[in-house]
Amino acid sequence: MGKYVCKRLGMALLTLLIITFLLFLLVRIMPGNPFPSERMSAEQIANKRAEMGLDDPILTQFIRYMGNVLQGDFGKGTSLYNGAPIRTVLSTAISNSFRIGGVAILLGTLVGLALGITAALNKGRFLDGFCTVFSILGVCVPSYVFLIFLQYTFSFRIPFFPYFFDPTRFAFSSVIPAVSLSLFTMSTIARFTRNEMVEVFDSDYVRLAEAKGMYGRNLVMKHVLRNALIPIVTVLAPLVVDLLTGALVVEKIYGINGIGKLMVDAIAGEGIDYNYVLALGILYSALYIGIMLVVDLLYGVLDPRIRVASKGEEA
Amino acid sequence: MAKKELQLQAPAAPYVPVKEDFVLLTKRDIHTDTNFASQSYWKGVFTHFFKNRRAVVGLVIITVILLLALFGPLMNGFGYRDIVQYRNEKNKRVVAKGISPQIPAIHRLLTGEEPEGNFADYTFLFGTDDLGRDLWTRTWYGARVSLLIAFVTIIIDMIIGMSYGLISGYFGGAVDQVMQRFVEIANSVPRLVIVSVLAIFMPKGMGLVIVALLLTEWIGMSKIARAEMLKIKEQEYVLASRTLGARNGHIIFKEILPNTIGPIITQVMFSIPTAIFTEAFLSFVGVGIVLPQCSVGTLIEDGFNNITTLPYQILPPIIVLALLMLGFNFIGDGLREALAPKLEDM
Repeated sequence: MGKYVCKRLGMALLTLLIITFLLFLLVRIMPGNPFPSERMSAEQIANKRAEMGLDDPILTQFIRYMGNVLQGDFGKGTSLYNGAPIRTVLSTAISNSFRIGGVAILLGTLVGLALGITAALNKGRFLDGFCTVFSILGVCVPSYVFLIFLQYTFSFRIPFFPYFFDPTRFAFSSVIPAVSLSLFTMSTIARFTRNEMVEVFDSDYVRLAEAKGMYGRNLVMKHVLRNALIPIVTVLAPLVVDLLTGALVVEKIYGINGIGKLMVDAIAGEGIDYNYVLALGILYSALYIGIMLVVDLLYGVLDPRIRVASKGEEA
Repeated sequence: MAKKELQLQAPAAPYVPVKEDFVLLTKRDIHTDTNFASQSYWKGVFTHFFKNRRAVVGLVIITVILLLALFGPLMNGFGYRDIVQYRNEKNKRVVAKGISPQIPAIHRLLTGEEPEGNFADYTFLFGTDDLGRDLWTRTWYGARVSLLIAFVTIIIDMIIGMSYGLISGYFGGAVDQVMQRFVEIANSVPRLVIVSVLAIFMPKGMGLVIVALLLTEWIGMSKIARAEMLKIKEQEYVLASRTLGARNGHIIFKEILPNTIGPIITQVMFSIPTAIFTEAFLSFVGVGIVLPQCSVGTLIEDGFNNITTLPYQILPPIIVLALLMLGFNFIGDGLREALAPKLEDM
């Protein structure tokens, strides 16, 4: 197991390094001059370039940049937030986004599981139908549409929740975005749980357990759910990633200072802020690869067959 | 010789066939063993598909939306960027700003009175937006743009992904290793990051959306094509073809490809809603379709911007988007089940 984890971790880090280098390269080969040339003489520009290390080979520049990044220094923005250090802007953004996103994932997973289990236990009855309709709706409608709907209903028509995000009342004003973000996760997990559980209920070993006299919660929790959960873990990774994407628009609409809104501001504003694009690109890639890695390893923990198969591959 | 013998043996007058002897068999007269009748593969898929209620619903939804996207903008006289207006008797411009959905014919039918006010005798099925553009035309025009982007990119993605996956799976070994490492890395770049880097290099607009989709959606296709190839390439007919001296290209694209097409089409059906979703998302964020062009995404954004004053405006594009997602997902599910039916469903 240890060897497997090390191998996967190494691969993930290598991939991240390659992606970071490509991003760095792409941003650096952008045409354009960082200095307004009409105000500075050619000599001044040359001096400034040498001072900032722009004449060094690209690899040297990359290594220097990575060294800074590892210390948490992403440089300064070129147009956003008046050139404030990216680090400070990013740390608030990450904390905002992660808190709301975490709540959304938790809410989506728990309620989704509950819905799926209820539907599977009531297969073919009204609750099952309700769950099906709900999950279809949740998958077909983007999260920002739910947000717009909730915002219109519960902030504009019935002014109960704040219309925009208010950092001073964090918990209260993050209800609407968290709920709307969680709906996609919720419906996907509900659907998967239901289908997997129905399938497991039909399997021979559950029939055996029933024949031996097991019933009720014991049967569902120990025999059905444990095996139904394994495939659900695999959908969790793409769901988290979809949530990150959804959070982009949700944060933009609801005015949350998170990484999603930062990304939108960096690419969709008047001028594109290269440094933010680079920093956020690295952050998103690291998140994405990290999530994939964790889910892969989790999958190995939950299902011993995977572990064995991967060991066979190594040998 | 034979003729002569026949003549010798003929005892009675030769039988002259009459017209009634040649009757076409009707369906009733043909006896086939229905229990074990063989059915061609694709016919089986079709019957299975059309037995699935959801799949048929999906097909109907998509057909209706396609037809409306094609002909909807032509159904009234307004263009998608025309501002509906006229000059009144004082030669003043009157613009149809923010009119909620109205059908004068129904108004007349229900109340028996002529509708009053400006534009009262105009039919606006979805109303007009804040600038006075007809939303019916814009909605279907937007649906057309979104569908067009989705179809074009997914077909190109299918060609790229399919070729990549088939080649990688067919040759195996070092080729496969290298190609799969590349896929792994390409798959680890989030779509958002690709879009943001593209936004540096390209102007915002339809091109950016298409390139972003081209760069991401082929990976799923290539994975499926490779898995299918690994399943098929060991079969006897491939060996036979190779023994007969067929080249690799022939074996891959002429012999194996037709047998992998089912799962790939299913994947296409699932990729199209993803493409529509992504397009709507990018346009909403502001790096997608630019004004005065419109797509489902920009229409939702317009609706959102006017939601406090014209709340009805956001509904048509959202419903169209949801129905598109629903329809394509249903068709994809139906196809998947029809292509690999479980024993209990038969």
